[in-house]
Amino acid sequence: MDVLTFLLEPLQYGFLTRALAVTVAAAVVAAVLSCWLILMGWSLMGDAVSHAVLPGVALAYILGIPFSIGAFVFGAGAVALIGVVRSTTKLKADTVIGVVFTALFASGLAIVSATPSQIDLMHILFGNVLGVSAGDVWQVLVLGAVTLAVLLFKRRDLTLLAFDRTHAHVIGLNIRLLSALLLGLLALTVVVGLQAVGIILVVAMLITPGATAFLLSRSFDRMLVIAVVLTVAASVAGIYASYYLDISTGAAVVLCQALVFAAVYLFARPDGMLWRARRRTGPRSGSRARAAA
Amino acid sequence: MTTDADTHAPVLDVRHLSVRYNEVHALDDVSVTLAVGRICGLIGVNGSGKSTLFKALMGLLVPREGSVELFGTTTAQARKRGLVAYMPQAEEVDWTFPVSVSDVVAMGLYGRLGPARRLGSSDRAAVGDALERVGLTALRKRQIGQLSGGQRKRVFIARSIAQDARLLLLDEPFAGVDQASERTMTELLKALRDEGRSVLVSTHDLAGVPALCDEAVLLHRRVLASGEPSQVLTHGNLARAFGAAPADAAAAGTAASTSDGGF
Repeated sequence: MDVLTFLLEPLQYGFLTRALAVTVAAAVVAAVLSCWLILMGWSLMGDAVSHAVLPGVALAYILGIPFSIGAFVFGAGAVALIGVVRSTTKLKADTVIGVVFTALFASGLAIVSATPSQIDLMHILFGNVLGVSAGDVWQVLVLGAVTLAVLLFKRRDLTLLAFDRTHAHVIGLNIRLLSALLLGLLALTVVVGLQAVGIILVVAMLITPGATAFLLSRSFDRMLVIAVVLTVAASVAGIYASYYLDISTGAAVVLCQALVFAAVYLFARPDGMLWRARRRTGPRSGSRARAAA
Repeated sequence: MTTDADTHAPVLDVRHLSVRYNEVHALDDVSVTLAVGRICGLIGVNGSGKSTLFKALMGLLVPREGSVELFGTTTAQARKRGLVAYMPQAEEVDWTFPVSVSDVVAMGLYGRLGPARRLGSSDRAAVGDALERVGLTALRKRQIGQLSGGQRKRVFIARSIAQDARLLLLDEPFAGVDQASERTMTELLKALRDEGRSVLVSTHDLAGVPALCDEAVLLHRRVLASGEPSQVLTHGNLARAFGAAPADAAAAGTAASTSDGGF
């Protein structure tokens, strides 16, 4: 089979082109958001929001409203609940996050188990990207475009918030509002990503691209570009891998992202582990020009 | 520049400020004033309330007793007008963060830019001028973690210059800085003072104070002494500030460090 056939064959199927569109769109939005998420130290928050949307999705199915509305309401609600409990107790943030998201996830499971005939739990948890309709594609594209536009428009404020929130406050910016904006966009991104890889794995899309790009970047704009390029490559590779190897699409996409991370971790110059090992053991060990005097 | 600010009011006017974290007094009846074009050293051990006082000045905590005014107005108004700049301690900064030197300096301008914080040509010129003044023009594209201790401090001074702030709050500016850099910074801060800016320097390191400061405040939850540095930094006063009740000081330190962060 030549390369062209290899690339074009899956695209004859409408369900696969739709899967590709949804996955790439969701991955791009998530990759951009992930750059701020990991710099804020909010990775666990991404995990929390993605799990917390389960009751929203389940209720939306039962009530017959678009799943994205239910998911967003519960994602944003989880963020608010975490904020309230955190500010009214002496508990640390990760503790509060753990309590709130497991409670919401469990209530989602309870709702699903009480109404078994209507909802396919596996599809919600692990995504059903091969089964998305044209309408689902449009929903993801529109929500994704809006989220991406807001993120990029406010990118300098969000970067300042992540880098130095005290300075942001001192020059008169509203850091509560900016934090709320970023968390709202996180909830939207989770909604966008659910279709592609499901609740469990969406957190990978929210963390891994930013983490990979961070290892390769010394400027934030470069980090954004690298995260997007690598995530698109990993998503496309994941879809093809899932087609030819007959494995779960969500799993294939997330595994491809993890492979990219591993490759960067090992081989990137000059900070990859292999280069470090070589510098330690090599003849001219250790003397990399760092900070000027 | 800041003709709208009340020129007769002191830059900083703290009256009878008391702050408590749970049952521990972090600040007890503290009054401090600072006039235009003065450099004041705020001296005390860790846990003496320096950080708490800074937080009150920045509006990060609301005093229940006493008042805090900047430029004759509320701290919130002063912040909105871009009059206040803050230089964080080295440990508070994420030096691995992917921003360049000029990115950080440009953040000084955000308060007066449009909603997307896009820099115009005059803004870029302001960033360039600020970098020039602190001598970091050649390093402007470096990621901030690639700078030395003294250079890192100067990035944040450049940020406050770009901001055109009238009150600079510097938190332990000489920690981790070699003597040559300390002299450079001292000259720089005096030049800024001579333009009519005021500087409040928090420090537990006494060595730099006489060369830099026009006045000093010795803090140990209360104001122990204030005035000319030579009159404040007497053996008797220093013994009270630095030798007094280390157990108490430690308790206040733990309380003061639990108050920020999170979402």
